[in-house]
Amino acid sequence: MNHKFLPHTNEEIRQMLDRIGFKDLDKLYSEIPEEIRFKGEYDILNAMSELEIRAFFDKLGKKNDMLTCFAGGGVYDHYSPSAIANIVSRSEFLTSYTPYQAEISQGTLHYIFEFQSMMAELTGMDIANASMYEGTTATAEAMMVAFNNSKKADTILYSGALNENIIAVLKTYAFFHGVKLKAIETAEGATTLDEVKKGLGEGGIAGVIVQQPNRYGIIEDFTGFADACHEKKTMFIINSVAADLALLKTPGEWGADIAVGDIQSLGLPMSFGGPYAGYMCSTQKLMRKLPGRIVGQTRDNRGQRVFVLTLQAREQHIRRQKATSNICSNQSLMALYATIYMGLMGKEGIKEAAQLSYDAAHYLCEKLVSTGKAKLVYNREFFNEFLIEMENRDDFFEKAIKKGFLPGIKVDDNKLLIAVTEKRTKDEVDSFIELF
Amino acid sequence: MNNKLYGNLIFELSHPGRRAYSLPENSFGNHTLPSSCKRAKDAELPECDEFTVVRHYTNHSGNNFGVDNGFYPLGSCTMKYNPTINEEIASMPSFIGLHPRQPIETVQGALEVEYNIQHALASITGMADVTLNPYAGAHGELTGLMIISSYHLQRGDTKRKKVIVPDSAHGTNPASAAVCGLEIVEVKSTEDGLVDVNDLKKLLGDDIAGMMMTNPNTLGLFEKDIPKIARLVHDCGGLLYYDGANLNPLLGIARPGDMGFDVIHLNLHKTFSTPHGGGGPGSGPVGVCEKLIPFLPKPHVCKNENGFYIERAGKKEENSVGDIHVGGYLGNFLVILRAYTYILTMGKDHFKEVGLLATLNANYIKECLKDDYELPIDILCKHEFVFDGLKDKSTGITTMDVAKRLLDYGYHAPTIYFPLLFHEAMMIEPTENESKETIDGFIKTMHLIAKEAIDTPDLLREAPHNTPIGRVDDVLAAKHPILTYQQLVNDKGEES
Repeated sequence: MNHKFLPHTNEEIRQMLDRIGFKDLDKLYSEIPEEIRFKGEYDILNAMSELEIRAFFDKLGKKNDMLTCFAGGGVYDHYSPSAIANIVSRSEFLTSYTPYQAEISQGTLHYIFEFQSMMAELTGMDIANASMYEGTTATAEAMMVAFNNSKKADTILYSGALNENIIAVLKTYAFFHGVKLKAIETAEGATTLDEVKKGLGEGGIAGVIVQQPNRYGIIEDFTGFADACHEKKTMFIINSVAADLALLKTPGEWGADIAVGDIQSLGLPMSFGGPYAGYMCSTQKLMRKLPGRIVGQTRDNRGQRVFVLTLQAREQHIRRQKATSNICSNQSLMALYATIYMGLMGKEGIKEAAQLSYDAAHYLCEKLVSTGKAKLVYNREFFNEFLIEMENRDDFFEKAIKKGFLPGIKVDDNKLLIAVTEKRTKDEVDSFIELF
Repeated sequence: MNNKLYGNLIFELSHPGRRAYSLPENSFGNHTLPSSCKRAKDAELPECDEFTVVRHYTNHSGNNFGVDNGFYPLGSCTMKYNPTINEEIASMPSFIGLHPRQPIETVQGALEVEYNIQHALASITGMADVTLNPYAGAHGELTGLMIISSYHLQRGDTKRKKVIVPDSAHGTNPASAAVCGLEIVEVKSTEDGLVDVNDLKKLLGDDIAGMMMTNPNTLGLFEKDIPKIARLVHDCGGLLYYDGANLNPLLGIARPGDMGFDVIHLNLHKTFSTPHGGGGPGSGPVGVCEKLIPFLPKPHVCKNENGFYIERAGKKEENSVGDIHVGGYLGNFLVILRAYTYILTMGKDHFKEVGLLATLNANYIKECLKDDYELPIDILCKHEFVFDGLKDKSTGITTMDVAKRLLDYGYHAPTIYFPLLFHEAMMIEPTENESKETIDGFIKTMHLIAKEAIDTPDLLREAPHNTPIGRVDDVLAAKHPILTYQQLVNDKGEES
């Protein structure tokens, strides 16, 4: 066979065929009807050597521009400590399966337990699951938890200030799952208690979904939201940028029933959109309603404290169509990424990184506005991302790209959503301002 | 792997005042986050030095078992070798440094990867086009069912709410259908373990949205009636869905598109060698036939005379269902990049050997072990097969005992107690990457365990012995759930 991944010699193939009583390999497929046998060739290249593969991807890589990133919109260019990639690439983590066999998976089970603990701390919630695909689908899963656990209510309210990708995914899941979706109108770029109350007043609301910071980078004020929801037996769901919770008032403090979002901001590379991971945290009360994997503590028959996948009666392999979700995995390795990130940055480091991002974004915003060429679209508190309005936005955007900057995300015809992280140096930020 | 458990939690290594990070000095001036926006109390994350953190996770990795450690015959999971070159390519700065919202002119290399693998996967499966957006196999199933629903609804065919699945199907099939708002109808298997075509005929009607199948099925048997099944499902107006979990043995032999499947999903973490990562990230691309292309999720990568571009919104205004969006961006890009590396490494010349050798390995193990283990359906299998426990049931030794004893001998256990058709199911899938000596070693061990079941049954009941921990108390975990470190500390407080 002569391929480095295929160990069989011709002699071994013959011996094995002899043992099972076949003359040649093709006979192993004798039951496949002639009419559906593939007689052509795949439209792909012939096998490449490793050297050719490296050269091939080097060439493709050069067709991408590495830009100094001032864009966010849910994906942020945060600093990723060197130790992470090194540990995550260990093949005992990388090449293992879902930890069903707890006796030989304590490595995975321990870090998932740590991940759950850290996410619960960060969000101020009681519990967390082992992670979800990413932030938008995690939000859709939270929507379904609210919908599936409400006896009569069939409508979910969502803030118009949710990131547009989240809205698009919510709409898709809602349509097929039979959930009615209604947008809450925003005022000056943020959700207001009045509008939430108005929506709840119409009745039949299973859940309310808001975002922190919202799609414009604005820090929203959720005072009174939880009470208004709970009065109507409605679940209150907050989607947050994980890293920002190092400083921000937590979903737990706001009285959320479910906290969801993406963990990309916890040191995961931007990677052109994935893999990331989502998180889902909740109150203790919702423990048996959560989708996804959950790890818990137990004992082994030697009396040791160990960890194991638990509460599996919620899941598809047991409950089939009655499961809390169809999800049968987590984004384990990305959860490991974030766990090591939080382990390294620790209690102080995550705050310091968040504060640096906050300071750098406010510095940049003040400087841009002071040029007189741009103004803040909404005069509200923001974290590390802000929306400006400017003339000749497209000219500036193009100029910035040519100089090696990704200047932000275009919004409408004349606005730009700009994000800054702790990774941007003073020199980079000042060069960006000069270009403006 | 260690024989002794490294059992610390990072929180237990924490010492206030230590740090494992370094950040630049703030040169942007101090700005104050208003206290009304601030959390009242810090998140209690650990405080350790860097060396402690590195050693902690390195020690934990020693408690784990991956395909790089040893043989992993997990049925339906296709635990192939995860080539190191895949990892090298997936860590190139020119790919991992890209923001997903960069203008398309600045990401032509990444888009070319996506476009080319869409094309490659379409060719390998015989489908017309492919979306890479779904993040996992189950997510691909959900996406595929959304496409099927959209197709019927757009034609005004609103009655079609039922999906047929075989009783041997993966649990995700019915669960995905439920999330998609569809009902499940189970079709029986024959004594030979194949879809019972007569039973199927009774279920077909104008309320059937489609049928989901795995082929070869979860018993590792090729559904040879597939042309007939496809005709029947199509004649009643339904669509046929292919669960790609078991595509591996068909590489180079037969394509789902040619069998009559309308929608398929693939698991790049199975058939295309990307690592399972302890449970993810995976990738579950979905392929469709020509008439379903308009229903593919957005965004989607396309090509024109100016290069590669991203189609974001549907071209068809009349699509009343609206665009399907199953995630923020273009899927798990780095997983896709690994799979593309694998496709280039195998090439069209070697792909056709993959299925043959996977099937050879499986049949060889089956023939060598069927005297000691119960083989309920003794026919030619494909890449995997199912034993119904030990042949000699008099010892009372269960499939669980055999599985746990295998861990002692340095093997991962097979998939156990699935499919649900047999009480003591033990599903074995060796993959094409395992050499004859590895397989012979496994066979020898399985014979030894069968002998131990008679001679020293207690040794098996108490297995494993050589692993970092012994058998775990699953019941305690579910009865008294401790899911976070905080809960663990509180629980200890109550005990004392």
